[in-house]
Amino acid sequence: MQHDVLKRLFLTTPEDTDRLGHWFARTLRGGDTLLLEGGIGAGKTHLARAMIQAMQARHGRAEDVPSPTFTLVQTYEAGPDEIWHADLYRVGGPDEVIELGLHDAFGTAICLVEWPDRLGADAPEAALKVRLTPDAEGRRVEFFGAAPWADRLASLAEVAADA
Amino acid sequence: MSRTLTLLGIESSCDDTAAAVVRATGDPKILSSVVIGQTALHGSYGGVVPEIAARAHAEKLDDCVSEALDRAGLALGQMDGIAVTAGPGLIGGVLSGVMCAKGLAAATGLPLVGVNHLAGHALTPRLTDDLPYPYLMLLVSGGHCQFLIVEGADRFRRLGGTIDDAPGEAFDKTARLLGLPQPGGPSVQAAAAEGDPGRFRFPRPLLDRPGSDMSFSGLKTALLRERDALVAAQGGLYERDRADMCAGFQRAVTEVLAEKTRRALAEYLCLAPRHPALAVAGGVAANSSIRAALDAVAQWAGAAFVAPPLALCTDNAAMIAWAGIERMQIGLVDDMTLAARPRWPLDNGSAPMLGGGKRGAKA
Repeated sequence: MQHDVLKRLFLTTPEDTDRLGHWFARTLRGGDTLLLEGGIGAGKTHLARAMIQAMQARHGRAEDVPSPTFTLVQTYEAGPDEIWHADLYRVGGPDEVIELGLHDAFGTAICLVEWPDRLGADAPEAALKVRLTPDAEGRRVEFFGAAPWADRLASLAEVAADA
Repeated sequence: MSRTLTLLGIESSCDDTAAAVVRATGDPKILSSVVIGQTALHGSYGGVVPEIAARAHAEKLDDCVSEALDRAGLALGQMDGIAVTAGPGLIGGVLSGVMCAKGLAAATGLPLVGVNHLAGHALTPRLTDDLPYPYLMLLVSGGHCQFLIVEGADRFRRLGGTIDDAPGEAFDKTARLLGLPQPGGPSVQAAAAEGDPGRFRFPRPLLDRPGSDMSFSGLKTALLRERDALVAAQGGLYERDRADMCAGFQRAVTEVLAEKTRRALAEYLCLAPRHPALAVAGGVAANSSIRAALDAVAQWAGAAFVAPPLALCTDNAAMIAWAGIERMQIGLVDDMTLAARPRWPLDNGSAPMLGGGKRGAKA
């Protein structure tokens, strides 16, 4: 699955990352998968947490969103939607992902997947890949995905400056 | 206490598989405690490899249970009950533990007791030190960090905890960022011993906020930036840089934990406990710098400081057997409807709120 860059952003502050999370919270719907790429400290969990908390807040719910590094998968509810937050760093490969039940969640739940390279060829074709890279004091973000995402990302300009 | 109870405990909610036999008389005894871990796999991987497959857990559980009984020199029929971790944790592991316990309970007619993994940790100071209720518990491990007032075998009040990473995870990730071996706790502590904690000033998030919530995620990002700045400036990291970074990191974690413990203690002391005590459990309690700081805070507050031995601080089944005994003693027994609960907050009472206020129970 190789896609061109659909969009680039520069997030200057952690609050910019929160704003991107809030934008996603308004945009995402059941069946969407975000593949969050980037090294340790790139802001993957920060972005996922901002999304989950914003989605829950819209339905009057609030929960802690701990890092999923140890538990591998944390699930949440936000109104009618189920959210799966996964960190596959400690997973050996695609075979083990099957045990987590992630494949059943793809296509129905909102799935936020950190270290998605562990999925191998099993990554959903329709997923949006979000690549985070630390850059000086801020973060660079690049989006890759199939054509429908180009339209959906059109209103992203309101979040942060293009990079 | 009441009559003598001997329980088999089963734990498979995390990365390890374990079984143990504990007997409660006047002075509780651990008759056996078996843990099959994953330590051998750490080195090459840069992290603890989780056992995801339920089937693998189930196979190891059979071995653990028979070895725990052998070492205790007792037969299954000589138990008074079977305690099992029913959550929170990895679903495959929790499920296989619960299925195993149900099978044994059905075969023997013994009572089945479902235990919350975190309650197992939180009640351990009563097994090791016979600590009276209520005591303040800091549960600080790879996946957890929270302050609990332990008021009874099934009464826990959460005062606060991490809103993002747990300190154990921060240690592991610091080790990863600096090319130190896993698990990160011991290797970061060893490097820090050679370093200057004053050279790098890492952030202490939420330190200026009231309450006992903590945040450790920003620390990791700050460390990454310092590392990258040095690599850019001098083409790599010297041993000295790495030691100084570890020392600065460890000092930041220690100061945050100490200050938040001070506040949690103040809140706990409002209950006017007759024998005030601060207990610490979890792998992070093995860090000598953190341990010394917490000991000092407890002394300052006039509270006893209790840290169970490391083998009982990390995941084990003796704590599950003990928590099962405590539950049986107050009549809390489950039946075959016991369900595995991947998410199971210890304290459902403290409602979470958005913003800077108190957060709800996690996991």
